[in-house]
Amino acid sequence: MKSRRLVWLSAPYVLWMALFVVAPLIVVAAYAFTVELADGSWQVTLQNFAGMAGYAGVFARSFLLAAIATVICILIGYPAAYLLARTPPGFRRIANMLIMLPMWMNFLLRTYSWMFLLERNGFINNILGSLGFFNLVNALNGALNGAFSLALPTDVAYFEFLGSQGAVVLGMVYNFLPFMILPIFSVIEKIDPRVIEAAQDLGANSRQVFRKVIFPLSLPGVLSGVTMVFIPSVSTFVISRLLGGGTNILLGDLIEMQFLGNAYNPHLGSAISLVMMVIVLVCMGIMNRFGEGEGEAVLL
Amino acid sequence: MKRNGIFSKLFLVLVFAFLYAPILVLIAFSFNASQSSSVWGGFSLQWYVELFQDSYVLEALQTTLLVSLLSAAIATAAGTAAAIGFANMKRRARTVCMTVNNIPLTNADIITGVSMMLLFVLALGALNGLFGGLGLRLRLGFGTLLIAHITFNIPYVILSVMPKLRQLDPNIFEAAQDLGATGWYAFRKVILPEILPGVLNGALIAFTMSIDDFVISYFTAGSGANTLSMVVYSMVRRRISPEINALSTLMFVVVIALMVVINVRQSRQDRRIQAAIRAERRADPRP
Repeated sequence: MKSRRLVWLSAPYVLWMALFVVAPLIVVAAYAFTVELADGSWQVTLQNFAGMAGYAGVFARSFLLAAIATVICILIGYPAAYLLARTPPGFRRIANMLIMLPMWMNFLLRTYSWMFLLERNGFINNILGSLGFFNLVNALNGALNGAFSLALPTDVAYFEFLGSQGAVVLGMVYNFLPFMILPIFSVIEKIDPRVIEAAQDLGANSRQVFRKVIFPLSLPGVLSGVTMVFIPSVSTFVISRLLGGGTNILLGDLIEMQFLGNAYNPHLGSAISLVMMVIVLVCMGIMNRFGEGEGEAVLL
Repeated sequence: MKRNGIFSKLFLVLVFAFLYAPILVLIAFSFNASQSSSVWGGFSLQWYVELFQDSYVLEALQTTLLVSLLSAAIATAAGTAAAIGFANMKRRARTVCMTVNNIPLTNADIITGVSMMLLFVLALGALNGLFGGLGLRLRLGFGTLLIAHITFNIPYVILSVMPKLRQLDPNIFEAAQDLGATGWYAFRKVILPEILPGVLNGALIAFTMSIDDFVISYFTAGSGANTLSMVVYSMVRRRISPEINALSTLMFVVVIALMVVINVRQSRQDRRIQAAIRAERRADPRP
């Protein structure tokens, strides 16, 4: 039904996109390259980008923690996806549902569940306590103190999990692991079994089959998994706020603080957002070179 | 391929335990009679009762449902129209439109939220300045929240309707018109029944995304409106309370139910299409 008249049906949405998708990005760029002077007028400047140097630590921490979380997600997610793809077809349907279910869960709730578990008087500390784990630690510390005249604490009653960078990484891995498993799983599942049989017929052992056939063919899944884990991890402010205890601030926190927090400075916030967006675009560019938009399918 | 050994199975069990255990503990403790987040004090529904007496929560529930229903309805109508328009575009124009359409899907949520908030603040400031003499005092609130939700919902509707449009016989619309149907009548009787599954799925996905959203709402609603996610966030920042567990459980159940409906619909369609293909093959056994 190619009809030029029907094109007009999209006119309202094209206008809407111009107003609420494109214009906001232009506004961000405008804010990023300006500062507000004392008299309320704006001045074009690169000052905001220069000012970001002071936050190099936050940038480094965000990228480091997000990278660690991404690597852990690959280390857990790849084997999980590979093993799931080898389960019988009937179970695979259920497995697919089981991976997707946590993705639909509100990520605030997923993060909150760990806050709840890791609290000082929380579930995990309580379980460890009732298993006598802290008595063991205290006894061990006491023995070490006696043997080496150390001053290790002997009154440990709980572990302080919350507020550490480890808790932030844990939150990221927990939240985004399904986004790593699913694309890898769907790519491996689609590998033509005849390709694998051909490799075996040509004399490849199972390790060679994996290294030369399955792994290269599954790379697009890994790459889209990496973007789907890395981008939300780098830009999160909820996970670091709830599990990082306010001291381990990330890029997302920094941006949020410039718009809704005490450090109110939308110009600096826009500059940081713009830099982050450029990084996202670069990532997407690399993805598009390697894989073919697997991410979209996963979003639905 | 070879079947998995015992260690592989154990690994999978551990991965799923890691994914599900925290949320199951959370749900279990929403039925805990005691306030404690670690000691089980017996079964009770008191946190659910308290939740439904909390006017702050109820107001947020109302806002959430209203914004989700309205934005899903508007996004479905606008998105379906837009998808039909896109499908009829020349290739290059369509590529440009689809690329812009995908921006809210690929951008980090915080950037979508922040950029819309800046635009809203600027636009509302300008409107207030122009019409301030008339007593106009616009600020962030339900209106901006709704616009933001419509904006991030439409791409999902389009992505869900597009494949159905591609399956459509390109000639049936013209055939209907040749037989004397007006454009609207032909759309209603010929096109809509064909793409309806995609449209309904798009509506459901849009509704779910709206209910689930936190980050974009957080930036675009200002202090004028509160959604359930925003209530959860502000509660969580203040204290840990079984009331949040109860709220979480309810939200979890609703979203899961919606997603199961979407998936069942989808797999039923897939099966129907496959059955149709098989029937066609039987009728015409030549390859």
